[in-house]
Amino acid sequence: MIHTHVGAAVIHPGEVIERVLQPRNGGIATFLGVVRDHADGETVLGLEYSAYAAMASRELAAIAAEAARMAKGADIAAVHRIGALRVGEISVAIAVGHPHRGPAFEACRYVIEQIKARVPIWKREKYARGDSAWVDPTVEPIAREQSGESREGEPQEGEPEADRVSAVQVPAAGG
Amino acid sequence: MQVPVLLFASVAEAVGANTASVALDEPATVGTLRAALARLVPGLAGASMIAVNAEYASDDREIREGDEVAVIPPVSGG
Repeated sequence: MIHTHVGAAVIHPGEVIERVLQPRNGGIATFLGVVRDHADGETVLGLEYSAYAAMASRELAAIAAEAARMAKGADIAAVHRIGALRVGEISVAIAVGHPHRGPAFEACRYVIEQIKARVPIWKREKYARGDSAWVDPTVEPIAREQSGESREGEPQEGEPEADRVSAVQVPAAGG
Repeated sequence: MQVPVLLFASVAEAVGANTASVALDEPATVGTLRAALARLVPGLAGASMIAVNAEYASDDREIREGDEVAVIPPVSGG
């Protein structure tokens, strides 16, 4: 049994666990990603997750299928929340059920590591000092702090990302 | 060929839009798309992956009429 979902609904971890709680599964391994109150020395008030929805769902399903193949017989449930989340809220929940704990732990780890590597979801941190910035996972935390690169180009106050839809024409190379 | 490209996160912010319409000579590839995007904003998409029809694609992947193309900046989910 594989269940995956990307959506804005609040995540209830008990419900995610219920999906893999089968009599044959002696071990249930779980992971919860939780919005924390700090990042690189800054106090964080919350996160905004955005996604390329169709591809995120597809990649998450593929990841769960891979994990189920790795841990033969595993039941897998993985849910990623998108939208605005406050500190302390759950952004991602994974539960893996397997007759034995070893494969359950391994599959659970695999799923979260793959999510972080390839699912097209992005988070924007909102800082207590007032600004916000997209998280750039390719920059080392200290370097990110010093360079200030991630601070550039924030949208104006009250101008949500999703409303700025406009077509930009890019001419062909030609000549 | 005019190719609509979906933009996300930091790339959408750099461009100031959620989509871009890119004119590409045929045959078009992910590689020629990258070059066109770099003309739009220098360095744009340099660190990004490109997806064609919701799957990651390498630079030699051909882009055809009707394909859904997206720029995927370094992801930060989870």
